[in-house]
Amino acid sequence: MKLIVKFWVAMLANLMISGVCMAQTALPPAPWADRQLPDPKQEQRARDLMLTIRCLTCQSQSIADSNASMAGDLRSEIRQRIAAGEEPEHIRRWLIERYGDWISYEPTAAPILWPLWAAPILLLLGGALLVRGRIRRKRKAP
Amino acid sequence: MKRLLIWLPFLLFAGFVLLFVLGMFKPDDRVITSKLVGQPLPAFALPAGASDRPGLSSTDLATGEPHLLNIFASWCVPCAAEAPQLLALKQAGAKIDAIAIRDARPDVDGFLKRWGNPYDRIGLDARSSVQLALGSSGVPETFVIDGKGRIVHQHIGDIREENVPEILAKLRAAR
Repeated sequence: MKLIVKFWVAMLANLMISGVCMAQTALPPAPWADRQLPDPKQEQRARDLMLTIRCLTCQSQSIADSNASMAGDLRSEIRQRIAAGEEPEHIRRWLIERYGDWISYEPTAAPILWPLWAAPILLLLGGALLVRGRIRRKRKAP
Repeated sequence: MKRLLIWLPFLLFAGFVLLFVLGMFKPDDRVITSKLVGQPLPAFALPAGASDRPGLSSTDLATGEPHLLNIFASWCVPCAAEAPQLLALKQAGAKIDAIAIRDARPDVDGFLKRWGNPYDRIGLDARSSVQLALGSSGVPETFVIDGKGRIVHQHIGDIREENVPEILAKLRAAR
């Protein structure tokens, strides 16, 4: 029994150590990965873009939230390009050309998303109809 | 009509439960393929990643002959696992160039000494910028490039023994 417990503890430790090693690269983070741009307006634009770009390593996070080294490299790339005067939407298009719509969290107006855009309007219309029915019934009631 | 409508919220709820339960049993697909397959390589020029091999630029991959472009890193465990398959591909006549991601020259040298060096040229991409330009989402990945410098195939993950014939076939088709 003790042996089995020891075995599993060793396996778990092994897994944790290998997980950490695999995530590590020899290099320090890219120059602008974790440093803000000196111009607050540019930093704001870079940050707004980074919050809507998806991390390739930790796929449910934005690159602004992720500690993955690839996310850091992409943050640095985005800050450098914005400092050089590139438009955020141009950078987004550049990334979509390479990784597809997958990389962007910003919903587009593609036909597959039309139901998504129509849903609030349809729900509001449905609600208005319901309310109208209620008011009419109340007027008739007394 | 009203009788039936009363069931609508319940049916919607049951529909959502079904959707989520089915979603839980569907295998998670985390592979992101590059949208550049079928298109020319983006232009790049990288310094040498190892001390005994020249650096790599996009023009080195448009010499009229198909090439394999291997994206690897000395810190990446599956890259060591695919090393024997890369050596086998080289033995079979494949021309293999590489880009080392987020790496340093001494580390790449050590890695190649330990696992073998199938590469003619190795570029050093310290900030992953060429990797991003290629639409590659991790290491290791291997691109098949035709003689005109066009990407014709992307292999994501380490090359296993069973993948070697498939990659050789893609290389032959790219001639």
